[in-house]
Amino acid sequence: MSKIRSDYVRPVDFKHGRVDMSHGGGGRAMAQLIEELFVRAFANEWLAQGNDNAAFSVPAGRMVMATDSHVVSPLEFPGGDIGALAVHGTINDVAMAGARPLYLAASFILEEGLPLATLKRIVDSMARAAHEASVPVVTGDTKVVEQGKGDGIFITTTGIGVVPPGVEISGDRARPGDAILVSGTIGDHGVAIMSLRENLTFETTIRSDTAALHGLVAQMVQAVPTIRCLRDPTRGGLGTTLNEFARQSGVGMLIREASIPVRPEVSAACEFLGLDPLYVANEGKLIAVCPPEDAERLLAAMRTHPHGADSAIIGEIVADPHCFVQMETSFGGRRVVDWLTGEQLPRIC
Amino acid sequence: MKYVDEFRDGALARRIGRRIAAEARSDRSYHLMEFCGGHTHAISRYGIKDLLPDNVKMVHGPGCPVCVLPIGRIDSAIELATRHAVILCTYADTMRVPASNGLSLMRAKARGADIRMVYSAADALRIAQDNPAREVVFFAIGFETTTPPTALVIRQAQALALTNFTVFCNHVLTPAAITHILESPEVRELGIVPLDGFIGPAHVSTVIGSQPYEYFAEEYRRPVVIAGFEPLDVMQAILMLVRQLNEGRAEVENEFTRAVTRTGNERAKALVAEVFELRRSFEWRGLGEVPYSALRIREAYADFDAERRFGVAYRSVADNKACECGAILRGVKKPADCKVFGTVCTPENPIGSCMVSSEGACAAHYTYGRFKDVEVRAA
Repeated sequence: MSKIRSDYVRPVDFKHGRVDMSHGGGGRAMAQLIEELFVRAFANEWLAQGNDNAAFSVPAGRMVMATDSHVVSPLEFPGGDIGALAVHGTINDVAMAGARPLYLAASFILEEGLPLATLKRIVDSMARAAHEASVPVVTGDTKVVEQGKGDGIFITTTGIGVVPPGVEISGDRARPGDAILVSGTIGDHGVAIMSLRENLTFETTIRSDTAALHGLVAQMVQAVPTIRCLRDPTRGGLGTTLNEFARQSGVGMLIREASIPVRPEVSAACEFLGLDPLYVANEGKLIAVCPPEDAERLLAAMRTHPHGADSAIIGEIVADPHCFVQMETSFGGRRVVDWLTGEQLPRIC
Repeated sequence: MKYVDEFRDGALARRIGRRIAAEARSDRSYHLMEFCGGHTHAISRYGIKDLLPDNVKMVHGPGCPVCVLPIGRIDSAIELATRHAVILCTYADTMRVPASNGLSLMRAKARGADIRMVYSAADALRIAQDNPAREVVFFAIGFETTTPPTALVIRQAQALALTNFTVFCNHVLTPAAITHILESPEVRELGIVPLDGFIGPAHVSTVIGSQPYEYFAEEYRRPVVIAGFEPLDVMQAILMLVRQLNEGRAEVENEFTRAVTRTGNERAKALVAEVFELRRSFEWRGLGEVPYSALRIREAYADFDAERRFGVAYRSVADNKACECGAILRGVKKPADCKVFGTVCTPENPIGSCMVSSEGACAAHYTYGRFKDVEVRAA
């Protein structure tokens, strides 16, 4: 009788290897990739069980669920990468209900030919982001598409969270007189991405602001439980999010250009690219609407958090059946801040 | 931001506004045409009209390169991208200009045409170098500002002996368009469009200089003040025009001295003259056929001319009947006078070209100014 030998499995070559169709085929190669990369990086009890789902108990209360797909190009950019973005994006979407995010699920669509080294860097970055945010990725999925049918990697994340009692935040709750606040400088992410685009390379020191905002939100909700609206102005930027609130709540807005924080580098880049920072994407900023009497208290609470240090009150809600977002320009005139037409930039988040 | 904020100083603008109000005579009006879309955009974006007295009126001119491009030319570009299967490189603004059959470059792209947005002519040249097996066409549009870069890439393509790069040339000329407006019956005979003076182009003038406008000032007795695209430039130019008109002068003055000289950029002009020659006639949207108003590629550079290589045959196509772009481009009508403005014609679904580019009169009014048509209550 021969001795039972333990299987020898050649480790995944994360140095020179590339994603091939077998990594999504459901066979041994896929199982090995999941084990050596995803389970190891995300390291938590749910993934370790090896099920196609994750079972967990949740505290009582209102639950929040959000999902977000990430298709950014380039995959890695100053200040972050698609992995960190995928974690932050969904955590933020959950947090914008005032909720505490609990768990994430992640789904990967990989393009055949993607260097495994790139994939590993991205997954490690994602795991780091999840760890720092204390929100584990408890379940996931991987598919591979043929070369030319993807763009390296697409990541979809879904998150759930729970809302503290007494908090009710929704885009349709803005009322005339309410104050509008923003948590910091706008346009950083979009300009950082743009500086790397294939036909548009320019040198800049601007980094993406990608960050998980649930810590900031928790602090805000605690200080001012009466917050009415919260949203992170990602694609479409500040201008688009304000228009969404205006339409959902059936109100108008009047904001002051001079009070909106914009980094001089962002403003300069927008100037020569012919863009308006109001419509440039952010990944680590939020907009809040609250009753006027709570505005100063909310501002103070935001400014004590590192992600809200540059917070500012930028305007107020007005009654307007046309739901126009108007802006007093630094020049002294007034103009509409309209919905973005078409797109300023393809695929940035 | 340094060198930008200085030209957007609101307090200073209001001071100039008060100066204009003080000097404008109450017994007459001042109809001033800003030729350039860049000025139109600045006037709407910064709310400059709010700072002017009622008898100083701004008339939008045709100087928006995307707006004046006729449907037929866009059709030809789409044909290059579809029938000839070239990589068509274009400035982003042209992507949404409506063409025949409900198409636009953007819609053609969605149907599989290889159309790529570029920020400069040089990007198009690089795409040609990177794709030696494909034909690459640069869809060149614009006034004198964008012409020298196009001339440069044609010369570079020749130096590199590229065989897969051509230019579909649609460059047009500012002075010809101004003459055409001044010669139009509405201005010359009917008096429908009172035009007392012009704010002259900013960037165009950095290339051609202030000299070419001297002819209009003298021949048509209309003052011209060349102005930069910043709001204070525009305010200052309006004040200078009011002063000229008050004093009965019709001269070319230069407000934009930080960039414009009398003779312009000699090297750029020489480069353009080497590569391009005048077209006998060219169709403009809104203005119709305008003699000697556009450029084509010279015989010496015929190898880089997409019209020659692909045998592009021009077919004129009439604008949508409801669209008033033509009258708006000639200064005869205002955006709000058009029945389809803001209803069926919006920046998302433009019917006419003036609604496409942010420099177009309709898009500028829709984006920045249309709230003035309705009342808004403060809380």
